[in-house]
Amino acid sequence: MSAILSLHDVSKSFGALTVTDSVTFDVPEGQALGIIGPNGAGKSTLFNLITGNLAADAGRIEYLGRDVTRTPPMQRCLSGIGRSFQIPQPFDRLTVFENLLVAATHGRGLPERAVEEDCAAILERTELIAAANRPAGTLSLLQRKRLELARAMATRPKLLLLDEIAGGLTEGECVALVDTIRAIHREGVTIIWIEHVIHALTRVVERLLVLDFGKVIGIGEPDAIMASKEVREIYLGIEI
Amino acid sequence: MAGASYTVTTRTRASQIAALVAAILLIVAIALPTFASRSLIQDMFFILTMLTLAQFWNLLAGYGGLVSVGQQAFVGFGAYMLFGSAILWGVDPVAGLLLAGVFALVLAVPTAFFAFRLQGPYFAIGTWVVAEVVRLSVAQWKAVGGGTGTSLPRDARDLMWGVQWIERTLDLRASAARDVLAYWLALALAVATIGGIYWFLRTKRGLALAALRDNVQAARSVGVDSDRMRWIVFLVAAFGTGIAGGLIFLQNGRISPDSAFSVIDWTAFVIFIVVIGGIGTIEGPIIGVLVFFALQTLLADFGSWYLMVLGGLGIAVMLFAPGGLWGLVSDKTGLRLFPIQRRLERRGDGSPDEIE
Repeated sequence: MSAILSLHDVSKSFGALTVTDSVTFDVPEGQALGIIGPNGAGKSTLFNLITGNLAADAGRIEYLGRDVTRTPPMQRCLSGIGRSFQIPQPFDRLTVFENLLVAATHGRGLPERAVEEDCAAILERTELIAAANRPAGTLSLLQRKRLELARAMATRPKLLLLDEIAGGLTEGECVALVDTIRAIHREGVTIIWIEHVIHALTRVVERLLVLDFGKVIGIGEPDAIMASKEVREIYLGIEI
Repeated sequence: MAGASYTVTTRTRASQIAALVAAILLIVAIALPTFASRSLIQDMFFILTMLTLAQFWNLLAGYGGLVSVGQQAFVGFGAYMLFGSAILWGVDPVAGLLLAGVFALVLAVPTAFFAFRLQGPYFAIGTWVVAEVVRLSVAQWKAVGGGTGTSLPRDARDLMWGVQWIERTLDLRASAARDVLAYWLALALAVATIGGIYWFLRTKRGLALAALRDNVQAARSVGVDSDRMRWIVFLVAAFGTGIAGGLIFLQNGRISPDSAFSVIDWTAFVIFIVVIGGIGTIEGPIIGVLVFFALQTLLADFGSWYLMVLGGLGIAVMLFAPGGLWGLVSDKTGLRLFPIQRRLERRGDGSPDEIE
């Protein structure tokens, strides 16, 4: 399988603080990759570099074999990179349905008529259909998380980036959301998922990447990664 | 659940009634000069032109997030171009209105290049600076009276397209006929502005504009071209504001740099109208301009107290009702006269309670 996304020595600093330090990794098409690491490890920054919300200081990002290091976020979205935000960022005054319509029409360059049914189908699937006409600002946390997922799905991404989508949910809510994500992954969507809720993550991902102080300190099979001494020390803070 | 079919609609019952009422009001407004006094026509002209300016400022700030305090640049520049083209080239002032819009549009291009580099309050101040620069430059233009200003030439005024026809048909003196013509033009401009903005907001681009209003970062990440949207909104607002400026001074008959580029008249009052009525809605500026006109009439004898009351009221609304007066009404009643919300409904059976 060829890589849908490759990062080569990608770095980003804010002033003297290096938040992404020579990060290199590949994501094969169709894979689900989990990213873990302590708070402040640079996980969300890495997402912002991949989506183009931040510009890399050095290194190269390739998507579908093309160099997209300097491509603006809008074009990356059009070429199939969809994302959810760690803190849900709905369009508050638009309805849930309209939130999806914006993403589907602009993220795919299609007229409204052509995407209405698809948006309704995504709302059914993410269990938001009953709230379709409510302003997104009135949603509960679970619904906002679902909306993040649904809106990213509405752009019909090839590569879906999920940023702590299970964070703050109850166990039951989390299980239902994970089932939806698994179903999306089974349809062939490549997923990169940042998550602190490890057991949710390991139900979906085939590979885990550990980030600490902006550096990749491990990548591989989830079981092997979670068992490694280095990861347990750094990530879990446990001296063994 | 799966396989259910849906339809999308924007209409509400209130909007259908509102459309009917608007149609009747429009007919009355068109016929108004046949039975109303000249002072009422002048008041209506003032209300309609302020409404037009407010709608464009609302489009800029309420939807586009572009809080400009330099719209007087386009009012003044448009108006001066109307006077200049009438004086120098003998262009009919009614045709000059279009020129006013086009010149304002041309001015907007370099203004945007400069101002779009600035964020938030810097953008606001930047636009104001541009307006001052344009005012000072125009004050050097001797052909239109320099710093003291000038009047529209008598020929241009009295032989303007339509004036003589109105004189004959409504049996009016030339000055009253000019007011009627200006009023009809203001009515057409206000209706076209509201209609145009309403149409735009119902398109795919309008939806993107609303998304940008709510969250710029999220809008960009779902493929919205934020730069392009800002350009569209800024240029359209400049064009419309330029025409409105031309019309205001066509009716006035006299222009000076201080009146044409007044930040109080063409921006501060306009912001007041939009904020008090309800920013980010089409209904807001309509309510706002009526409140503004009522206050101006009531407080006309109180001099500077009038401005203090306006300011106090503006602050009170911002603190206690950020959605403006229309926001209070629509929150309580769910009423929308210009619905742009796309509602998803199940096809066939009308089971509206299934979808909130």
